[in-house]
Amino acid sequence: MQQAPVQPSRIKRPPSALYRLLGDRIFFAVILLLALSIVALTLGLGYYLYLGGSQTIQKEGFWGFLTGTTWDPALKLEFGIWPYVVGTLITSMAALFLSVPVALAAAIFAAEYAPRWLAGFINYLVDLMAAVPSVVYGIWGIFVLAPFLRQVLYLPVFLWASENAPWLAPYLGNPSGYGMFTAVVVLSSMIIPFTAALSRDVIQLVPAAQREGAYALGATRWEVMQMVILPYARGGIFAGAMLALGRALGETMAVAMVIGNGNILPYTLFGPASTMPAVIALELKEAVEDLHYSAIIGVGFYLFLIAFIVNAVASYLLHKLKVGEQRA
Amino acid sequence: MRSLQARYARDRLILLVVVIGTILAALPLALVLGYALVNGFSSLNWDFFTKGPKPPGELGGGMAPAIVGTLVITGTGLLIAMPFGIGAGILLAEYPDNRLNPTLRPLSDTLNGMPAILKGLLAYVLVVKTQGSFSGLSGALAMAFIMVPIIAKTTESVLKLVPWHIREAGLALGLPRWRVILSLVLPAARGGVVTGLLLATARAAGEAAPLIFTAFGNTLLTLDLRQPMDALPLRLYAYAISPYEDWHRQAWAAAVVLLGLIVMTSLLARWFTRGRL
Repeated sequence: MQQAPVQPSRIKRPPSALYRLLGDRIFFAVILLLALSIVALTLGLGYYLYLGGSQTIQKEGFWGFLTGTTWDPALKLEFGIWPYVVGTLITSMAALFLSVPVALAAAIFAAEYAPRWLAGFINYLVDLMAAVPSVVYGIWGIFVLAPFLRQVLYLPVFLWASENAPWLAPYLGNPSGYGMFTAVVVLSSMIIPFTAALSRDVIQLVPAAQREGAYALGATRWEVMQMVILPYARGGIFAGAMLALGRALGETMAVAMVIGNGNILPYTLFGPASTMPAVIALELKEAVEDLHYSAIIGVGFYLFLIAFIVNAVASYLLHKLKVGEQRA
Repeated sequence: MRSLQARYARDRLILLVVVIGTILAALPLALVLGYALVNGFSSLNWDFFTKGPKPPGELGGGMAPAIVGTLVITGTGLLIAMPFGIGAGILLAEYPDNRLNPTLRPLSDTLNGMPAILKGLLAYVLVVKTQGSFSGLSGALAMAFIMVPIIAKTTESVLKLVPWHIREAGLALGLPRWRVILSLVLPAARGGVVTGLLLATARAAGEAAPLIFTAFGNTLLTLDLRQPMDALPLRLYAYAISPYEDWHRQAWAAAVVLLGLIVMTSLLARWFTRGRL
């Protein structure tokens, strides 16, 4: 067979060196620069918040600003953020303790007990719950939850205490419905999905052989759960709880809408309180004095420090356990 | 060892506890969705989508500026965040031996968990404080700060799902690495990358906290990013804490619209990744 001679113009030259060699380097450089934005963003967050708050932090001192209990932007211009730190820590921790058992139950049910279709539905609900905006939880808190809790819980307890246990009154506080306990309830419902999703993932990672081994020895479902699955999944559950705690610390709108926003220590169970994100959201756009403005950014800096530690611990645990890789 | 009966009884008791816990976990979502639908759906009307807010105390009006504002602010935020997030995702997935990765991945996760209000504060310090005025652009920047780590994470995980032999086939044909990534890997993972963008948009669109002191809110319709701009979550918040019945009604309607947006994006995201992610 005679082949037609190849026309010189039809021969494709190999791509230029620019395309082959420099192309890779240019592409990598661009990708690297884009990725470095994440490093820049994290460092920038800490740096600019410190810079913005430095005026007040220097005036009050690093520890003085943190532990001062007077926040007075109007007359004395004295700034201490302790009431907000306490409010943030108490509400977040309490919400975490309320939500973890419930989230864990949902994760166990979805991973171990539920038939496939129901498990899929629960997983979808968990994802949806994480996506519901904070303000929507907030409006529900204002108009539904707060009046409800006031009627069925705060007023009866308050009235009972005033008759039978007057010494309790200073701990209970004003039962208006808008206060610390309502905020804790809203917050705990908001952070359920973060613990639930991660716990479910680690429970599913438990090797089938271990499970089957325990079943073969005659263990009941709960015994398998208790002796095999929970010990194996402990680290992941803890990481999920840390992640949820991080969310709770920074949760702003829903808390600001129901917590009553009072910054006088000591806080009471039902009475108004405030948190660090709430004070930033409510006061920043009204700040006129430089010192007040700087104090609010300073609150942001301390919130950054707390949230950074909590999230870094969570991501270290997740990395060690190699869970949650698929999760946004 | 306890008797078999006792162990079975205990097992059933635990099942009961787990079921009750699951119901308790789902209860808040059911209540929030239920109340929002009941209170908000009846307030949705044509005016809500086409008219601007009325002065306090007057009946009627709607949230057209807020709806447009949310679309503009999150859209602009997405445009800003997209290259950075996808770039970081490519670095993490396609260059696994890169020395930066062991630092970058936890840092990105940490940034993702940082409170949204701090990202708004950064946008405030960088833009509002230097420009001297609230603007839609600063709000969009805050949204972008929220989106970048989410996009990076989802992009990384979907790129890792693309089988290595696709890359090897491309390299064997003599394609340089960057062409392999751009022409083979990214198109193969397109659905997943789009899902990541959708999830990031949905997360950011519902945030009100970072917008309070950046986009600020505006009762007039504007498309100018240098002007203060309204957003749906912002208007919802302002109306919810107001003393007017009619505004409360509209706030519930805004909640329904926001929830509708979220459910729509999550369904769309599921459709893009049918059975893959």
